[in-house]
Amino acid sequence: MSDELCLPVRSDADMVPARAHARELANHLGFSRTDATLIATAVSEIARNIVMHVGHGELSMQSIHEERRCGLRVVARDAGPGIPDVGTALESGFASRGGMGLGLPGARRLMDDFAIDSELGRGTTVTMTKWRRFDDLELLRERRRRG
Amino acid sequence: MPTAILRQGEYLVASIQSDLSDTEVLALRDELADWIGRNRARGVIVDVRALDVIDSFVARSLRSIAIIARLRGAHTVVVGIQPDVAIAMVQFKLNLIPLRATLDLDEALALLDRLTRGDGGDER
Repeated sequence: MSDELCLPVRSDADMVPARAHARELANHLGFSRTDATLIATAVSEIARNIVMHVGHGELSMQSIHEERRCGLRVVARDAGPGIPDVGTALESGFASRGGMGLGLPGARRLMDDFAIDSELGRGTTVTMTKWRRFDDLELLRERRRRG
Repeated sequence: MPTAILRQGEYLVASIQSDLSDTEVLALRDELADWIGRNRARGVIVDVRALDVIDSFVARSLRSIAIIARLRGAHTVVVGIQPDVAIAMVQFKLNLIPLRATLDLDEALALLDRLTRGDGGDER
């Protein structure tokens, strides 16, 4: 693992650089333009979730390298009140505090892996990953590198 | 101002210049509602070519602009949604009616001409 990037999320203005960094990292990892857009959109949704429901938190983005694929993992952490019922929060249309209930379920559909870890009174951590399988040339290079 | 609003005849053209924060999106919505009345505009074009992310908030705000414009007597056309942005937008299962979209400005002007002449088959 390398290229870890940590960004504070305190207001809606912080979402603009968060989207740009997500796209940049996705491009750097060789994701298609479409996948980079999906990742940047998902990052936007979870960052807004923090701004709207808690007020502040942090986003971290990191690249993951495996033998046959690489990934971009985004972790959003806040120390807010927590989500009482994670299952309900992931249902489309479930909204609290003026939201539309599209953010979390939308972000989940845009990414490959998606998990919410929430503890009442402690905060919430959303971890989501998009994967890109290596093509034949990359597989060959990776095999050589690993010996 | 990250969005330039120009008047072209009976229409307003709002060209978003760069990625917008939520606050800036809401400011654009409010400003357009105001401009429509002041200019007696019959149509609004929102050029989103510069946006490479349209998340649920921006999509919902574009829809709000269209509804507000309709209540103020104007039609709205969104121009230049990029292909991968469109792919991301469908993931939100957001009802985008009455939003209309075209690929370029000429098509948007032609569509507004049809809509404001009343033979555009609108009112759904």
